[in-house]
Amino acid sequence: MGTKMFSESAIERIEQEYKEWLKEYEKALQKIPERLERFSTVSDMEVKNLYTPLDIKHKDFMEDIGFPGCYPFTRGVQTTMYRARLWTMRMFAGLGTAEQTNERFHYLINHGETGLSTAFDFPTLMGYDTDSPLARGECGRCGVAIDTIEDMQKLFARINLEEVTTSMTINPPASVIWAMYIANAENEGYSRRKLGGTIQNDCLKEFIAQKTLMLPPDPSIRLVVDTVEFGTREVPRWNTISISGYHIREAGATAVQELAFTIYDGITYVEECIKRGLNVDDFAGRLSFFWNSHIDFFEEIAKMRAARRMWARIMKNRFKAQNPRSMMCRFHVQTAGCSLTAQEPHNNVIRTTTEALAAILGGCQSLHTNSLDEVYMIPSEFAVKIALRTQQILAYEVGVANVIDPLAGSYYVEALTDRMEEEANEYIRKLDEMGGMVAAIEQNYPQMEIADSAYRFQQQVERGEKAIIGINMFPSDIPPLEVLKIDPEIERLQIERLHQFKERRNKVKLQKALDELRRRCEGKPCWENNVMPALIEAVKAGATEQECCDVYREVFGTYTDPASF
Amino acid sequence: MGNERRIRILVAKPGLDGHDRGARVIARALRDAGFEVIYTGCHQTPEQIVQTALQEDVDMIGLSILSGAHNYSFPRIMELLRENNAEDIVVVGGGIFPLEDIPKLKDIGIKEIFTPGAKLDDIVKWVRENVKPRKAAA
Repeated sequence: MGTKMFSESAIERIEQEYKEWLKEYEKALQKIPERLERFSTVSDMEVKNLYTPLDIKHKDFMEDIGFPGCYPFTRGVQTTMYRARLWTMRMFAGLGTAEQTNERFHYLINHGETGLSTAFDFPTLMGYDTDSPLARGECGRCGVAIDTIEDMQKLFARINLEEVTTSMTINPPASVIWAMYIANAENEGYSRRKLGGTIQNDCLKEFIAQKTLMLPPDPSIRLVVDTVEFGTREVPRWNTISISGYHIREAGATAVQELAFTIYDGITYVEECIKRGLNVDDFAGRLSFFWNSHIDFFEEIAKMRAARRMWARIMKNRFKAQNPRSMMCRFHVQTAGCSLTAQEPHNNVIRTTTEALAAILGGCQSLHTNSLDEVYMIPSEFAVKIALRTQQILAYEVGVANVIDPLAGSYYVEALTDRMEEEANEYIRKLDEMGGMVAAIEQNYPQMEIADSAYRFQQQVERGEKAIIGINMFPSDIPPLEVLKIDPEIERLQIERLHQFKERRNKVKLQKALDELRRRCEGKPCWENNVMPALIEAVKAGATEQECCDVYREVFGTYTDPASF
Repeated sequence: MGNERRIRILVAKPGLDGHDRGARVIARALRDAGFEVIYTGCHQTPEQIVQTALQEDVDMIGLSILSGAHNYSFPRIMELLRENNAEDIVVVGGGIFPLEDIPKLKDIGIKEIFTPGAKLDDIVKWVRENVKPRKAAA
């Protein structure tokens, strides 16, 4: 039996009354016209003046909305949501050396953060050691420099790795960094079966948006599948991919593009894991997502609700998953860095608060709130504390975590959720027709869709059609602000430390381990040559991040930015 | 030689940072304003950037960087331009720069630094006023 929410007679009556009300509205506009020619979301989706039951008259409560923890999970992946356990407050942190970042981790934990998230510097993200000529001037600037297992040990010193979950934003070298994490945890006496955390490990969105590029798409995906396979078998509490819309959005995508391209990346990983011979219900429960929470409040809430419903339907219908956990779109959220302004930076606290509120109402599992100075630099302690306190105030004072999915049934939010899903499904059909995401990337399709949106938005800002306070409304200058300084001297110290570490290694053992890694990279079939065990041995034998990544680059070749605009 | 050619601009991203939204938006805006634009893509070394600038015979280089590594890459690029007798190529920077770094970058010959919030129209206007086609190299 269906569970339509309005009777036909009710809809008929509302339709008549709505027409009457519209006449009143037009009349009222004669006196005071609307303040904008066109009302639209930050993604430029046009919205109406009013939403009513007419906008959701076709919806079926059980099929489309339902209950938290139940298919299609529109209202949340857990039955109890924040009534039982709040989202994990997980601040993205990394600066300078491993010791400095470890100090920041403890500072955040001492102020009540409940999970860790590691930001690596650019050389680490790109698979280069600090002593690489390509790494000049970058050490510790946008995150922490990690070259060796010794750095990893220092990074997580005095943190209980079986109690705290750690997220690591690392992509092409994800397998290597994860191997260092596992190897270090084992050296410290922890069991790999009890380690919980996430590696971002989403290579597709690198080609699409974030541009941390190392290997071509096919071997990149092969390594991702190796980690999923290894995690399924050996590290069962680990999320081996964080399928990320965040960077797609930051690159300029609309909310629908973020949703569609990310879900399609997810589809691609599931297909590839199935091709490897894995059973969908054995691995899909460890796939997680990562969304941006941008400045348009309702659009973001609708996007997150739509994401859950879409993923559930895709996993059930397209991949025939049976286990409800395989259908759950569990996700981390970060507030939108690109919505912040260098002008009057203190206003960024208000932007971040609004975006965090949307993430909470959108039902996130963990959340990073940007610091007011993140538009300039890695945050200062002062700024990061305000950002963490923002989450705590929302969690404990405001009351928004008391009721599950409180915006369900809002005519606007439900209609917008539907529209997000419909428009994202259009993209999914298009990507299917193109032959999948790798083919689409090779045709530069998602990249150019995003570039078009970014350019359109910028033009709208310049014409004053999209308001940014401090930029095109109430414009203001960039003030001098006390920001964190990274001492350029740490680059020399890190290189010195790396060279001392290299001196101490057993060269024979190291070479043997790297040879085994190379053998597995070259070996066929790939399902008999998972790189993870070899990587763990290699980093235990002292292989640096770059030494492992150089094996990858030599075997698989490299990928350079196609430089389209 | 009354037939003045169009101004050629290289938009380049030095270093390992992949934040290319700004660079690509600027490249489009300059192209739409009638300039010839070449874009390097991400992850270029100073050597690659200067080589491309010379090969493409550009009149201006726009460097986009958000990683904070400008204090290494910008001086290196200026040095390489001098070594190649190409210091008349106008070099500008865009991205995130600590305020105290800006005068230092101008001292080494960077003509202008554009910071967050800079308007596309203002950048285009700046180029029109400050960049002329280079005299063909001998």
